[in-house]
Amino acid sequence: MTQTTTSPPKASDDGEASKRRGWGWLLLVPGMLWLAIFFLFPTVQLFFTSLYDPSGSYEQGYALTWHVANYVDAIKDTWNLFGRSFMYAGISTFVCLLLGYPLAYAIAFKAGRWKNVMLVLVIAPFFTSFLLRTLSWRAILADQGPVTSFLQTIAILPDDGRLLATPVAVIAGLIYNFLPFMTLPLYASLDKVDYRLIEAAGDLYSSPFTGFRKVTFPLSLPGVVSGTLLTFIPACGDYINAELLGTPKQYMVGNRIQAAFLTEHNYPLAASLSIILMLIVVLMVIVYVRKSGTEKLV
Amino acid sequence: MAQSTDESSSPGSGQDLRLESVSKKFGDFVAVDNLTLTVPQGSFFALLGPSGCGKTTTLRIVAGLEDPTLGRVYIGEDEITSLRPYKRPVNTVFQSYALFPHLTIFENVCFGLRRKGVKDYKDKTREMLDLVQLEPYATRKPAQLSGGQQQRVALARALINEPGVLLLDEPLGALDLKLRRQMQIELKRIQTEIDVTFVHVTHDQEEAMTMADTIAVMNHGVIEQMGAPSELYENPTTTFVANFLGQSNLIVVDVVDSSGQTVVLDCHGQKVGVDAARSHTAEGKGWLGVRPEKIFASAQGTVEHDDANLLTGGVVSDVSFVGVSTQYLVALPWGQEVMVFEQNTGHRASFKNGDAVDLAWSRQHAFLLDAGQDAHAGVVSGDDE
Ligand SMILES: Nc1ncnc2c1ncn2[C@@H]1O[C@H](COP(=O)(O)OP(=O)(O)O)[C@@H](O)[C@H]1O
Ligand SMILES: [Mg+2]
Repeated sequence: MTQTTTSPPKASDDGEASKRRGWGWLLLVPGMLWLAIFFLFPTVQLFFTSLYDPSGSYEQGYALTWHVANYVDAIKDTWNLFGRSFMYAGISTFVCLLLGYPLAYAIAFKAGRWKNVMLVLVIAPFFTSFLLRTLSWRAILADQGPVTSFLQTIAILPDDGRLLATPVAVIAGLIYNFLPFMTLPLYASLDKVDYRLIEAAGDLYSSPFTGFRKVTFPLSLPGVVSGTLLTFIPACGDYINAELLGTPKQYMVGNRIQAAFLTEHNYPLAASLSIILMLIVVLMVIVYVRKSGTEKLV
Repeated sequence: MAQSTDESSSPGSGQDLRLESVSKKFGDFVAVDNLTLTVPQGSFFALLGPSGCGKTTTLRIVAGLEDPTLGRVYIGEDEITSLRPYKRPVNTVFQSYALFPHLTIFENVCFGLRRKGVKDYKDKTREMLDLVQLEPYATRKPAQLSGGQQQRVALARALINEPGVLLLDEPLGALDLKLRRQMQIELKRIQTEIDVTFVHVTHDQEEAMTMADTIAVMNHGVIEQMGAPSELYENPTTTFVANFLGQSNLIVVDVVDSSGQTVVLDCHGQKVGVDAARSHTAEGKGWLGVRPEKIFASAQGTVEHDDANLLTGGVVSDVSFVGVSTQYLVALPWGQEVMVFEQNTGHRASFKNGDAVDLAWSRQHAFLLDAGQDAHAGVVSGDDE
């Protein structure tokens, strides 16, 4: 949007907020306690673990030696995994948005009395386990499977081409698994868009497409932001899809962390990888929310 | 009962808005029933009717937001019946305002101009904001304005496009009484200034009468009567119009002779008359209508009979003093109570409960309606709606 003449709106001055003091903050207590015990404490623990001396072991215990070199080692080995993680997550988030937006739009505006049925269908995959569903994708994408054969028949894939064990399979799995996380927030914010505003845009000389661009889409931006975050963040740390649908060549950071933790029992490495991943994601999210927040968000 | 138009308006200059036999059905429900009307270019036209009578649906058909089931819509010589909304030279002030919440007031107002690719939209927008006195609020969002200010933004956003026809759907409905009166004057002033055709929908008869050149009274999807406010008030043709615009006393009468200039009536044994031009039934029973402020009450036996109609034998049954006037209920010998409003000129002490009075009114001030209609159609309870 290119409005040049206007400055951002002045926040309405309210002295109200400062006057309102009551017991409302008590409502925060249960949630805060929960977060302190189950989020803050483990995170601090993780931070310390990342600085243990790597020469220790699970059996003999670790010494906290503020071994910052753990981070250097972690990055040195795995920077390409980070790159791949963010690329896969980015691509799947983008495709999820392309698939999820029309779906959410249709449910919000066109589904009529089928609305609830369609919403249930969107979350239906959650009724079975994430692991099982991803496993069944192995069958779907298998070399002799229906999708591969079909793509070979119509010559999109060469005859010896495969889907399973390729980046395509991993990204497709990510898209499939995270599509509901994109669709639901998009639906929630599209459903709130007042249809009369779209009519008003039409009344003011907007073709349906311009009306969408100038009114519907900007009003659905909160959904776009939360949908992309809910997709991108977990996708960055995912390892199931790469594990089940890919090969080590498609492994993401999550796979490395999982291996370090569960197979190698190299806790300092696993912890420093986790912290790095967390910091990068938080940084990206802050930049993203800032950018969308100042320019476009209502 | 839809009327043809030539009686209320000269078939006017180039850009009249015309609806020809327009109907709209939702399933089996007929929201607009065979509507035909012409709104002359530059006029202030009010579509008046109770809630649910099809006013909004009619506007939406003109705006192109609803397709008529039958009929055609024209502006001037151009048929616009199936033209998409964004291609019509018509703008709407929506009942809910429908301001874009994510845009500033300035961006809201210039929205239409920018879509049309007008180059100097900034200057025009500033001018328009000036006209509706909202310049200082240009950078605010709609949610930061009061109801009256939002209403003016909605008006500015539509007007700035210089539409051939401006549709206003109960634009003042959400405002309190004082602000509404103020905005009525304001709207009327703007309309006169810019000479755009206004089609103003309202359920407030007072609003319609103060603002409009022509009023169409709508009921159950049908136009009951159309004409200048004074014409509708003085000479209603249906009980609905008689009751919906102001208040009317409707007294059952028998038509004795309808051949002359004055139609002779028998009202429970007393002879009264009504002008032939205001008589809308020729024989049998009828409703004789008289407005409360047209009736003159006097102590029994003190008034000459000459030209006026006179009903004798009334008894005052209720007196309420409302400052500028006193409102009486007078029970007639056959039990019916009629309303009589009397200005408080101070010339005479007011009547008390139980006083015997005669009621008189001039023959030109009554009207005669077909008795087949419900005497209570269109009676408005309360001040609003
Ligand atoms: N989209 C619709 N579907 C079904 N019925 C409708 C629809 N729009 C309006 N109606 C009905 O048509 C009638 C007229 O509605 P409307 O034109 O909005 O009335 P008004 O504006 O005079 O209050 C109402 O009874 C309403 O319930
Ligand atoms: Mg309405």
